[in-house]
Amino acid sequence: MQQRELTVVLVTLFVIIYFGIANSAFYTTANIITIAQYIASFAVIGFGEVLILVLGEIDLSAGAVYLSSPWFMYFFWTSGMPIGWAIVASMACCAGIGMINGLITVWLNVSSLIVTLAVNYALFGIVLIESNDIQVDMPGQTGHFSIIFGVGAWSTILWAAGMMLVIWALLKRTRFGLHITATGGNPLAAAESGIRVRRVKVWCFIIISSASGLIGMLDAIRIGSVNPGSSGLDTVLPGIVAAVVGGTALTGGRGTIVGAALGAIFLGVLEDGFNLIGVNANWFYLAEGVMILVAMVANIQLRTVARKFRR
Amino acid sequence: MTEAESPLVEASPTRDATLAASDVVLETVGLTKRFGAVVALRGIDMHLRRGEVLGLVGDNGAGKSTLVKILCGFHPPDTGKIYVEGKEVSFRSVADARGLGIETVYQDLALVPQLTVAQNLFLNRELTMFGGVGWLSAGKMRKLAKSYLEDIKVEIPDIDAEAESLSGGQRQAIAVARATRQNAKILLLDEPLAAMGARESALIVDLVKDLSRNRGVSMIVIDHNYTHLFELCDRLNVIQQGHIAYDQQVKDTSVEELTNLMVSAYRRELAAGQQLLEQ
Repeated sequence: MQQRELTVVLVTLFVIIYFGIANSAFYTTANIITIAQYIASFAVIGFGEVLILVLGEIDLSAGAVYLSSPWFMYFFWTSGMPIGWAIVASMACCAGIGMINGLITVWLNVSSLIVTLAVNYALFGIVLIESNDIQVDMPGQTGHFSIIFGVGAWSTILWAAGMMLVIWALLKRTRFGLHITATGGNPLAAAESGIRVRRVKVWCFIIISSASGLIGMLDAIRIGSVNPGSSGLDTVLPGIVAAVVGGTALTGGRGTIVGAALGAIFLGVLEDGFNLIGVNANWFYLAEGVMILVAMVANIQLRTVARKFRR
Repeated sequence: MTEAESPLVEASPTRDATLAASDVVLETVGLTKRFGAVVALRGIDMHLRRGEVLGLVGDNGAGKSTLVKILCGFHPPDTGKIYVEGKEVSFRSVADARGLGIETVYQDLALVPQLTVAQNLFLNRELTMFGGVGWLSAGKMRKLAKSYLEDIKVEIPDIDAEAESLSGGQRQAIAVARATRQNAKILLLDEPLAAMGARESALIVDLVKDLSRNRGVSMIVIDHNYTHLFELCDRLNVIQQGHIAYDQQVKDTSVEELTNLMVSAYRRELAAGQQLLEQ
């Protein structure tokens, strides 16, 4: 484990110890399951964002994809598709959204920040229009199927762990991952060597959208219903925070999947802990904001100190 | 000027006598190029032999970079012919030129700072295993990278070091090594010794000499710095106003002679300009 990842571990341990002392219910299995469920979505969106950030891009639409994929699935299911196929069809829609993000970014030269923000709002709008702003119940609540796809207590976190392995291997062990780093680290050199940098980018947008859409459906099946009332930014930003607090650079070229997982654990513990110790709702966001700043500053400062010691 | 007065001039073995015409790897005949009203090249006849290091000298705007951009496939010439190993060729792209073994090495553009030495050496030519999934054979690439760098006598302390942590000279050496490892036979080097200390320069000079003498790699070097050119090159071509005005072995010329040549050309142009103004 590298030093920048170690910092997050230390800050997270500190927070865990604090919440444990503040409220004895923190260590119960039920609560740990709750934390794991928070972590899963932060982590999966975070893994996708690591790939995108390494490219030097950003994806603000992943939260909207997370929220709208259960709706796609619901619409397919109500139109008569079996649930398994509805999930596959919804995943294909999510992949398509990622492809649109990527293609507009690389071919029309629009900043990915703006493209994905626009797509974020457009998706929110589509869900509102199609749902008539009415909450619906999710299908797939019973049987073995449901245990695997979200309803099982550890289902979402296991899916997240599986995606972590796959995306980590993709980034660090395959040719494609090396090309992601090359594209983000020195786009000219990458293109000069014959890497198809645009294609690499489009694929990464497809990957983050597919992953976010899948975990979105699992969470919706777990909760049992979806309501169309939020725009997705509150969902995607924790993913980006998880990636960056974990040590991924916003400037491109550098990213760590393990760091994003640790960042997601940090955020999950924070979210759950504040709820558990009953922080006044008005104070919640202030406390969360301050803790994120503390983690980030500690990360950078400790890195500087470590560098001095090494010399 | 004698050798003693210019210690940087290292005599290179005479090639003219020993090399046959078939050893010309690159030849151009009557290359011209204009950009709108500006005539950049007025008919370049030049040649490059196997294992030769040719320096291009010339003021800004003389046509050096246009010539190099034509040779690396970036610009097509308006007229004239290019021969690679005796065969007439026409490049439509940088990739075409690269396919024929002609590669440009840029110091800062070439490497990805966040990738290791080995990863940079194999960039987009990675070795993989398990069929189509693209799983990297990292160990094999490290081993090959190490032995290749040893072969060409480039000393890099750590093959797993990120390019970012290397010195400018080491990065330049890696960029050159990558091009030659990927079978480049003709390298175009743009100011390869720019912004380097003595030790760094020595690393690149040794590499250039080793590749040209022992591996038959031919190189064209553009540099404004005569000292650098005399250190690196076997032969010099001076480009003035879009054609080759002077062609001489390094051992038969001197920094002084070149300077005089450039200054007198400058004075001629100045005088011509004044005459024009007076008319």
